[in-house]
Amino acid sequence: MSTVATQERQSYLDAPYGLASWLLTKDHKRIAMLYLISITLFFAVGGMFAAGIRMELLTPQGDLWTSDMYNKLFTLHGVVMIFFFLIPSIPATLGNFLLPIMIGAKDLAFPRINLLSWYIYVLGATITLAAVFNGGLDTGWTFYTPYSSVASNTSVSTAAIGVFVTGFSSILTGLNFIVTVHRMRAPGMTWFRMPLFVWAQYATSLVMILGTPVVAITVLLVFAERALHLGFFDPTRGGDPVLFQHLFWFYSHPAVYIMILPGMGVMSELVAAVSRKQVFGYGFVAFSSLAIAILGFLVWGHHLFVSSQSIYAGLVFSIITMLVAVPSAVKTFNWTATMFKGSVTWESPTFWVIGFMGLFTIGGLTGLFLATMGLDIHLTDSYFVVAHFHYIMVGGAIMAYMGGLHFWWPKMTGKMYSESGAKASAILVFLGFNLTFFPQFILGYMGMPRRYHAYPPEWQVLNVASTLGASVLAVGYLLPAFYFTWSLVKGAAAPANPWGAKGLEWTVPSPPPTFNFDEDPIVNEPAYNYKPAREVHVA
Amino acid sequence: MPNFTNSRASTSLGAGGDLESQKTMAASHASSAGLSAHGHADHNPNLQHHFYSMDQQLEASTLGMWVFLVTEIMFFGGMFMVYILYRHLYPEAWVLGSNHLNVSLGALNTGVLICSSLTMVLAVRAAQTSSRSGQILHLILTMALGSVFLVVKYFEYAQKFEHHLVPGPHFDMSLPQANQQQLFFSIYFMMTGIHALHMIVGLGLMMTILVMAWRGKFSATYYTPVEVSGLYWHFVDIVWIFLFPLLYLLGAHLGAHGG
Repeated sequence: MSTVATQERQSYLDAPYGLASWLLTKDHKRIAMLYLISITLFFAVGGMFAAGIRMELLTPQGDLWTSDMYNKLFTLHGVVMIFFFLIPSIPATLGNFLLPIMIGAKDLAFPRINLLSWYIYVLGATITLAAVFNGGLDTGWTFYTPYSSVASNTSVSTAAIGVFVTGFSSILTGLNFIVTVHRMRAPGMTWFRMPLFVWAQYATSLVMILGTPVVAITVLLVFAERALHLGFFDPTRGGDPVLFQHLFWFYSHPAVYIMILPGMGVMSELVAAVSRKQVFGYGFVAFSSLAIAILGFLVWGHHLFVSSQSIYAGLVFSIITMLVAVPSAVKTFNWTATMFKGSVTWESPTFWVIGFMGLFTIGGLTGLFLATMGLDIHLTDSYFVVAHFHYIMVGGAIMAYMGGLHFWWPKMTGKMYSESGAKASAILVFLGFNLTFFPQFILGYMGMPRRYHAYPPEWQVLNVASTLGASVLAVGYLLPAFYFTWSLVKGAAAPANPWGAKGLEWTVPSPPPTFNFDEDPIVNEPAYNYKPAREVHVA
Repeated sequence: MPNFTNSRASTSLGAGGDLESQKTMAASHASSAGLSAHGHADHNPNLQHHFYSMDQQLEASTLGMWVFLVTEIMFFGGMFMVYILYRHLYPEAWVLGSNHLNVSLGALNTGVLICSSLTMVLAVRAAQTSSRSGQILHLILTMALGSVFLVVKYFEYAQKFEHHLVPGPHFDMSLPQANQQQLFFSIYFMMTGIHALHMIVGLGLMMTILVMAWRGKFSATYYTPVEVSGLYWHFVDIVWIFLFPLLYLLGAHLGAHGG
């Protein structure tokens, strides 16, 4: 390979050019960019469905859409946002790009499988979009039987196959990460020198490989029931529809941790970097990721408190659900302790970090309300639930994703974006988000059920506030589209380490060369070794 | 995992399976990076650029297949869960349903698959000992046995169609507990059908490996694809080892009317 020497100084973006070189690439960084583009498209699509929902709820009468159309809107909003944006968001873009560099590897263990996972994602997305244009889907993203398997006359079978196919892209990403972390670490990169982002990705990957196959077989059973007349969940044939809920939530609750764990990993990196300080309690933060991944598999029953589950099963699930708060709190407290007496600077990632901490805390604590069985009977299927999981998924996961994107954008593209634009975006998202979803806690507490397109007039004020907030939120999310694009065209060239952060990814040029490192790295210090730099400052 | 240390002497540093020796190797490579453009003094053409050594590559691929098999266990696990629940709810229908299955054909297929696992292992061994003819012979035998399994399965399925035991509008509703038996056959067809799909994928894999073996691609220094395909093949066999007793044998001793 004599060409390597000449390629060394070229960045992965330059070598080589052309559409084919991107579509057939095996470079984890390019695949990350392919994912970035695709999930951004789906974020926009899912956002438009959300806009449809919020517009309908401006007025108490269900006058904008028919109830059938409204059912499709919230279903597709959920399906697109969860399966095609949130689940791949941080792992497939930031994780794909950074994980190999962070542990000093030239690539993921299986570059071809990595590319395959993107194609599978595109295939699954295409199938699901076909369902959208061919009658839509009105089962809710949860596909509950027997409605989905017997009653619904929308494109459930096509959508089920779409979700089934997409699941494999998630499985392959998780598999790739696990093998990479086990087998590809650079000399000296011991498990306890790994950045916490890698720990979080590792825990996420465990959930991906253990949970995703179960949802795959579950939607396949629904498909078989609809298409092949096999009966599994049809009560008229002795089938048990609640069995579907068990199988579905066995994946779909852990799937929440697929969304939030990588966000927590991003947070650990960002908190350390903006505070110029070692993460407080590294070991606790690392193991709390694993604890969340494990506990996450034992709590699915809290989705079935009102689905004929026995009270004893409910009690156990309730207690274990509350236990999830422990590792989550460990992380939150440790991030706070990291910032305490740190040299915190007000750069754009800092804004997203602080936004995440506030929103995630509210989302996590309201989860405890819902884990309490007595309270859940009142709050179940109400807007309180909607507000709670949006605080986790949007306020937590997307906030972290945006923070990570801002933090690593200079590394990924080699360009600096507008700092003031980024700060404005973070503030707008934070304000808009709270205005959108905080009123929904109150609405849910007052009894407004989710998934209805009409409501009593006395709830209009709060709903108008929520729609207003959604508009602000939309502006907050659109801003980055402009300044990021602008940065690609006119942005200043990014130095290798614009934030003065620690980690192998900041030792390579921005953007990194194709094989990441000109020389094979050897690691001889712990992660977040910010101390020496500060001592130099003092001296 | 078997550890054929002596047949794996691909690098000058020997073949240690554990992580520590891998790191030492990697470190020694890093320190001697000046020796060649790519940092590898002894460059095997089958070594992909992002690995330090053939050992690292083999271990990564093997671990990858094991992780994939874990996902397969979870995938089949969902169906076993369905099986367990309904067997618990409708034990009589399960006995009735299982007595419609042909135990001798099932037993024959079990034997066929066990033999195919043996020939598969021999194919891996042949690759490790650089025996091209051994690989070709045993891969063809494995594929032949896999095909026998599918043919037998085809005749079993055809019987079920003839006897109106396929769930759906043509199911024989005059059977006792017909609804619950239909549930049994839904699970029977789902589990064995997906298992058969895995067999077909396995045959495709074997075909690919056979072509590569024909071209003399594998030797003691590079046999990763044979090894990981073998792991997959054994997994598919083991799934059947669970399916056979659960579907065919449990309750069959009550023997109402076999076949």
